[in-house]
Amino acid sequence: MTDTSAETSTRPGRLSEFWFYFRENRGAVIGLWIFAAFAFVALFGPWIAPHDPTAQYREFALLPPFWQEGGNSSYLLGTDPLGRDMLSRLIVGARYSFFVGIVVVSIAASGGIILGLLSGFAPKWLDTIIMRIMDIILAFPSLLLALVLVAILGPSLTNAMIAIAIVLQPHYVRLTRASVLAERQKDYVTSARVAGASKARLMFITVLPNCLAPIIVQAALSFSTAILDAAALGFLGMGAQPPTPEWGTMLAEAREFILRAWWVVTFPGIAILVTVLAINLMGDGLRDALDPKLKRS
Amino acid sequence: MLNYILSRILTFIPTFVGVTLISFGFIRVLPGDPIIVMAGERGMSDARYAELSAQYGFDQPLYKQFWDYLTGVVQGDLGNSFVTKRPVWDEFFALFPATLELSICAMLFALALGLPAGVIAAVNRGKFFDRALMSTALIGYSMPIFWWALLLIIVFSGNLQWTPVSGRIDLLYYFPDPTGFMLIDSLASGQSGAFKSAVRHLILPTIVLGTIPLAVIARQTRSAMLEVLGEDYIRTARAKGLSTGRINGIHALRNALIPVITVIGLSVGTLLAGAILTETIFSWPGIGKWMVDSIFRRDYPVVQGGLLLIAVMVMVVNLTVDMLYGVINPKIRKR
Repeated sequence: MTDTSAETSTRPGRLSEFWFYFRENRGAVIGLWIFAAFAFVALFGPWIAPHDPTAQYREFALLPPFWQEGGNSSYLLGTDPLGRDMLSRLIVGARYSFFVGIVVVSIAASGGIILGLLSGFAPKWLDTIIMRIMDIILAFPSLLLALVLVAILGPSLTNAMIAIAIVLQPHYVRLTRASVLAERQKDYVTSARVAGASKARLMFITVLPNCLAPIIVQAALSFSTAILDAAALGFLGMGAQPPTPEWGTMLAEAREFILRAWWVVTFPGIAILVTVLAINLMGDGLRDALDPKLKRS
Repeated sequence: MLNYILSRILTFIPTFVGVTLISFGFIRVLPGDPIIVMAGERGMSDARYAELSAQYGFDQPLYKQFWDYLTGVVQGDLGNSFVTKRPVWDEFFALFPATLELSICAMLFALALGLPAGVIAAVNRGKFFDRALMSTALIGYSMPIFWWALLLIIVFSGNLQWTPVSGRIDLLYYFPDPTGFMLIDSLASGQSGAFKSAVRHLILPTIVLGTIPLAVIARQTRSAMLEVLGEDYIRTARAKGLSTGRINGIHALRNALIPVITVIGLSVGTLLAGAILTETIFSWPGIGKWMVDSIFRRDYPVVQGGLLLIAVMVMVVNLTVDMLYGVINPKIRKR
């Protein structure tokens, strides 16, 4: 969220205007609060977690949550088949999902914005080449391409993040290019060019700030896509590797126990769902607040 | 119109070559020499290695290899699987009906619930129904479907024992499968209970795969309906005294369907990506599971060929949707 406020505050009054419209959307505000809690847990997880997430309390394996018969109040959400505390693993797992979201969005957005700007300003042949390459990436279903890329690079969380960033990048390129093409026609760009602004200045200082609104919305939406895809890769055994308490990997490890111990399957999924839902709520609110066409409808 | 179609097809060709180049390059950047992988644990002599290299064309210069690959692809030759030794092309089309059947059912499920949900939400804009439906849609849209599948298995297969956990049909049924579509083949076989068994196997995967398209269609239908409901001709229809049902159902929905059709076309990629997870969880013998299994078995020709065929399929569908869209909406053609 901080980057949004930094960008909108470059002009006085814009931040408060943004907040005014964002606040209208109650779901978005709830999403923002959940996301803030998620970010807090991600940052301070190891200090909040009651147990070490990888410590195995073998005598307490597959303990149900505390409210069920046989539960133990020192393991609030029960334990997994190896006797590790579910709550601690979920808390520490938040950090992986958060990290995935941040890294993937940073790589995909910065790469995509640069390529999109280039494409919007470049001569036609370069534009065509860039856009065809993006078309090619978009032709592959994202999860499949990520899976194959991870198979090439070797299964790990880092490689999963690289793969997901590559897969998400074309959306930023297309979005940036479309807004650049629209902005380029406008008078303020012409006047900056006539005043002798260099190409780089035109691209990054004159045009880019005016193209940011849709990109910010896309960043929020791809944050949630990145979390979902990383969890899916982890679930398929191609993401974070055990014993990392990544939520998707936790689900994969829990699969054979689904009919005996509902909690090992239910909680990691709820964690993913709530996080993704909060980010999507926030993304909807951002879109409504930043898109002038929708604002007053 | 002809110009529009031609220009769309012209952009298709470089993308196709690029997609081929990627799937060709894939086998060459993988860690490990594919021939060593094929030899497995036993290893092989240098002479045998050279022989296999020559057989697969790995001793040729790269551009020559690519050219051979490209001409092979155009003729439907994608090489043979390392594991089963059968042509990749044949394996793909043997398994494809299973994925297609599941995808069609998932799409029908999504449409059957998503269209009415979107219309109801739009007509009741801002009221309880709208909020409830759109919140549900957003939850569906945010759903990690692999977890959703596990939950449904716990409830419907575990606790209630209503549906089976995996496969396409009970093992006691055996019949020829001329179409590859289990629903049709089981009906045609005339065996009692076969069709029912096929349906019961299909229910959970359909729900799982259809969930995200359902949410997308509901949201898209709602916003398209809202746009159309603000148009003048709707006001005219209202002024004429037409019933609300007729206005919403016929005048508005028909025009709102245009963007929805695009969304349906564009969700082919989503469906195939979802099929990877759905088929893996439900042991559904389609191309999604086949791809995942091949990735784990390091069966490179299959991964390479499957990747290419899937990408080409997505491209062809997108191209068709683009053209259909041009037919439905004349404004698009002028670009």
